[in-house]
Amino acid sequence: MIILRKLSLAPRLVGARIRGCQKHTLPDLPYDYSALEPVISAEIMQLHHSKHHQTYINNLNVAEEKLAEAKAKSDISTVIALAPALKFNGGGHINHSIFWKNLSPDGGEPQGELLTAINRDFGSLDGLKSQLSAATVAIQGSGWGWLGYNKQKKILQIATCPNQDPLEATTGLIPLFGIDVWEHAYYLQYKNVRPDYVNAIWKVANWKDIITRFNAAQ
Amino acid sequence: PSSAASPAASPAASPAASPAASLSHDHSTQAFARSAYFHSRLVGARIRGCQKHTLPDLPYDYSALEPVISAEIMQLHHSKHHQTYINNLNVAEEKLAEAKAKSDISTVIALAPALKFNGGGHINHSIFWKNLSPDGGEPQGELLTAINRDFGSLDGLKSQLSAATVAIQGSGWGWLGYNKQKKILQIATCPNQDPLEATTGLIPLFGIDVWEHAYYLQYKNVRPDYVNAIWKVANWKDIITRFNAAQ
Repeated sequence: MIILRKLSLAPRLVGARIRGCQKHTLPDLPYDYSALEPVISAEIMQLHHSKHHQTYINNLNVAEEKLAEAKAKSDISTVIALAPALKFNGGGHINHSIFWKNLSPDGGEPQGELLTAINRDFGSLDGLKSQLSAATVAIQGSGWGWLGYNKQKKILQIATCPNQDPLEATTGLIPLFGIDVWEHAYYLQYKNVRPDYVNAIWKVANWKDIITRFNAAQ
Repeated sequence: PSSAASPAASPAASPAASPAASLSHDHSTQAFARSAYFHSRLVGARIRGCQKHTLPDLPYDYSALEPVISAEIMQLHHSKHHQTYINNLNVAEEKLAEAKAKSDISTVIALAPALKFNGGGHINHSIFWKNLSPDGGEPQGELLTAINRDFGSLDGLKSQLSAATVAIQGSGWGWLGYNKQKKILQIATCPNQDPLEATTGLIPLFGIDVWEHAYYLQYKNVRPDYVNAIWKVANWKDIITRFNAAQ
């Protein structure tokens, strides 16, 4: 009874501590750490998911807690000062949550309206792969390459974002497929040869998920 | 212009490379020397008389900084990453010379990011290899006086520079720099390969590379452990030299 009472109190204390907001938690990976081998090693997947993504979540929760406190005190200066931490850690959480779903050991192939759009906007699937790969490889420093959907123009577009800047908040594009080229995403396996990683990641692209996002964006 | 690592890209063969010592026939040697001479003139002409940048030698073996920085990291960092910045800088400068010759200002402007990224990468890493040493001594003399004045103590400097460097979002460098106008030491951070002096005016004294390639193979995601450890291989002799040169 005592344990149950403590358990029932804990989430309420947590809720109270951050003004009723739920803390973010690490989403489960939809597959084992080794499922994407040999394209992405189990060692990378484990570090990337359980350390890097977890850290963004921890730091996002801290930043949101500070944001709630600052808002409660009408401390606008602190609210503004928290923006980089919110963008970096919030973006990191958003981006990686998409990434785990964007990848799969058996993600199928593009089809239907998405394939039609790919052929229309990039000439062919190979055209998309080559353009997105080139743009992603060329990112200076850390960042992400994206296939996005422009809802206003109703077209697919390629974009790159630095660091953890989230695609939609930064560009308005709806994220469909992202390629993480922070060195932690590939270095243990590919070392400095980013192009090999980017070219290989297409083998584990989860077209079922990409199609789902494309349909949801219509 | 691609700024990504490309192991296939290699710098043009140095025309200064000595003809193979195994050539014994005089006329073969002369023919080789003649073609090497023309080759160097062609290279010079191709980049309008500018010398191509080359990879500076490491002042120590790849394993010399162990256990702080592994030999594997040092080898990749020096022979792959730094080399790639140099290769891409040479390409960008060649394109710049061509664009200038044609008065193509649009291309000159378009080349700026590649020049900053690869030029900055070359500048930063050239400083970095000298900033590190297996036996770099300790700060002393006027530099130590300045450290105590501007940071309270050497520990104060270490703790502030480490904190600022660990906090860099994404790739970048933490720097101890010298402000020549105010005659004080200052800490600064720069994103990506933005070079300290061109970006802030500060004279670079000691830089800490926190691109993940600088530490990941050994420290994984634990950047703070790497940054805390790198002080053990800080080359204070080199830092003092830079400080003195900046006065």
